[in-house]
This record gives sequence, structure tokens and C-alpha cells, in this order.
Amino acid sequence: MSDALEVLDQVGKWKASGKGVAVATVITTWGSSPRPVGSQLGVDDSGQMVGSVSGGCIEGAVVQEALAAIKDGQPRLLDFGVTDEQAWDVGLACGGKVQVFVEKVS
Amino acid sequence: MRSETLAALQEARTRRQAVTLATRLSDGAEGLIYRDMANGTLAEDPAVVSAARHAMEIGRSETVDIGGQKIFLNVYVPPPRLIIVGAVHIAQSLAPMATMLEFDVTVVDPRGAWATANRFPGVKVIQDWADEAFQAMGLDASTAVVTLTHDPKLDDPALESALKSDAFYIGALGSRRTHAKRRERLGEVGITDEMFSRIHGPVGLNIGAKSPAEIAVSILGQIIEVRARCLEALSAPKVAAA
Repeated sequence: MSDALEVLDQVGKWKASGKGVAVATVITTWGSSPRPVGSQLGVDDSGQMVGSVSGGCIEGAVVQEALAAIKDGQPRLLDFGVTDEQAWDVGLACGGKVQVFVEKVS
Repeated sequence: MRSETLAALQEARTRRQAVTLATRLSDGAEGLIYRDMANGTLAEDPAVVSAARHAMEIGRSETVDIGGQKIFLNVYVPPPRLIIVGAVHIAQSLAPMATMLEFDVTVVDPRGAWATANRFPGVKVIQDWADEAFQAMGLDASTAVVTLTHDPKLDDPALESALKSDAFYIGALGSRRTHAKRRERLGEVGITDEMFSRIHGPVGLNIGAKSPAEIAVSILGQIIEVRARCLEALSAPKVAAA
């Protein structure tokens, strides 16, 4: 299912098959947010996803950053929320805010 | 995240061992902190190790500030386990529903005709007496046990053994009358009324469940409720001991 360790199992399989892989993790939440701290999303270099960091609101944007992290190897700290200027694009319908850490599996 | 870290997290789960992964957000440096050991760059900082063990204790992942650095502590605790005694009809509903709820499910029944893998796809099936299976598995505080056989010679030893463990939930199928008789029988083997009161019987929330699937929902509803209370109690601020 979406249990964090099952996400990591899939990430491990992608990595073992030679793919570039990144992991995104919810590290802080404020107000109501769909997924708790520690929730993870695995992304491979073709954009395939496993797990979730929201109810689907921000995954698209997170995948873009994950693909960039796979390319340049740099970790990233992303903020999402209603105060974000991209609110209409990647805002959270629930009105909460989340911070997501994205890193490549090296 | 390093590949070695990924492998270590997976190994910890297989061994049902709790671990906290500490990650420094500025550069991705890591440390793996277990109850009795720690390794990786961040494991060299005693403040990180102590914060990581505290997070593990209360079962909550969080970002902390240590020496001006933001460190994310991701707590990986083994999934709760549900042991179903009796590979019966209700178990066939209970096992897949519990799997969906991310329980690690095991079905135990000594009867070969019942305890078959094709009656229970995707979960562990052990063909053995419950008390012996429990001994091999080791019931910890993240384990729930439910007996469903209706047969005292199968259910009683399972309950007796579960009552002597740290299992967070013990439930037994059967009417009030059956449960009263059970109390007498277990009393004869030294189970006190206080110990017996840990058993949820008749099992499940009172939602008027009739079909096997409905009974499975009522049992899982009760397990979720009991577990949430346990976790809440753990994370409540503790009053410092005098």
C-alpha cells in the first residue's frame, strides 16, 4: 500500500534496475494537510510515482523538482500552501501548508 | 538518501526493528539511529541521537533545530501486526481488510484443511497451534490478536498465551454467554479476572454487524480505536518524575 517502507521498497527496485530515483518527504505541515509528516513519494527518471505527499494537489510540481534533483544531485526544500504565489497552480484545496524535502537516491 | 540507507531501512522493517533516519536539510547528510546503536555522519552528534530516540519513543516524525541546523527526523516503526486465530470465513474478510489498513497479517490454525495459502492470498498462513506459533513469533506491543474459531481447545490456549504478552489488543469472537464460560475456563488455568478484562468480548464495535465482512469491519474499527488511544497516550506530554 502507501506505507512509507513500501514506497522505499519500490524505490529500491527502481534503483537496483539502474534507474535514477528521487524521494520526496513531507517534513512539516501547518493547519489541515492531507498527508502527515513522514509521508513519502518516490519518483523515477521517467516520472513514475509511488506513494503520496498530498491528496494529489502538489504531486505534479514535486515530480518536476524530483526530476531536476535526479539530474543535478542537489537536495531541495519546497514550500506549498495557500500563501504561495502559485496557489492556483499547485495550492492545497484544504488551505493547509506543507514543506517537502526532495533528494536523489545516490 | 544513500542506497545503503535505503537497504538498512528495509532490513530494519524485516526484523521489526524501530529506526529513525536523521537528515540534515542543508546538505542531505544522514544518520541512522536505532534503540541500541547509531551510524552515519549525523550519528556522531549526541544531540541528534538523543532527539532521534525521543522521536522514536513517541512515534512521531518531526523537523528539529540542532545547533542552528534543521534536521528532519523520520521515524520508521514496524507496521502493527494482526494475528488471526482460526482460518474461518470471517478471517477471509478480516485478513484482506486488515492488509488494506497496513497491518502485517498472519493467520494461524492447526487444521490443514482451513489453513491454506489459497484461502488467504497475500498473507502469512501458519498451520500450527496458536500458543506455539505465538512463541515463535514473539508478541510485542504493536501486535493485535483476534480469536475466531469458537472452539475452546483452539481459542483458549491462544488467549491464555496472548494475555501473558504485551499485545495491545486481544479480541475473542463469541456471545456474552460464551464469553462468561470462557472466563470460567481460563480462571481454572490461573487467568485472573483482571487479566481476563483485557479481552474484548464479544469482539468488535457494536454496529449491528451480521455478515462476515460486517463483523470484520466492527473488529477492525475497534482495533483502530484501541491503537489510536495507545499512540495518543504515548505522545502525551509526560509529567517529569519527582
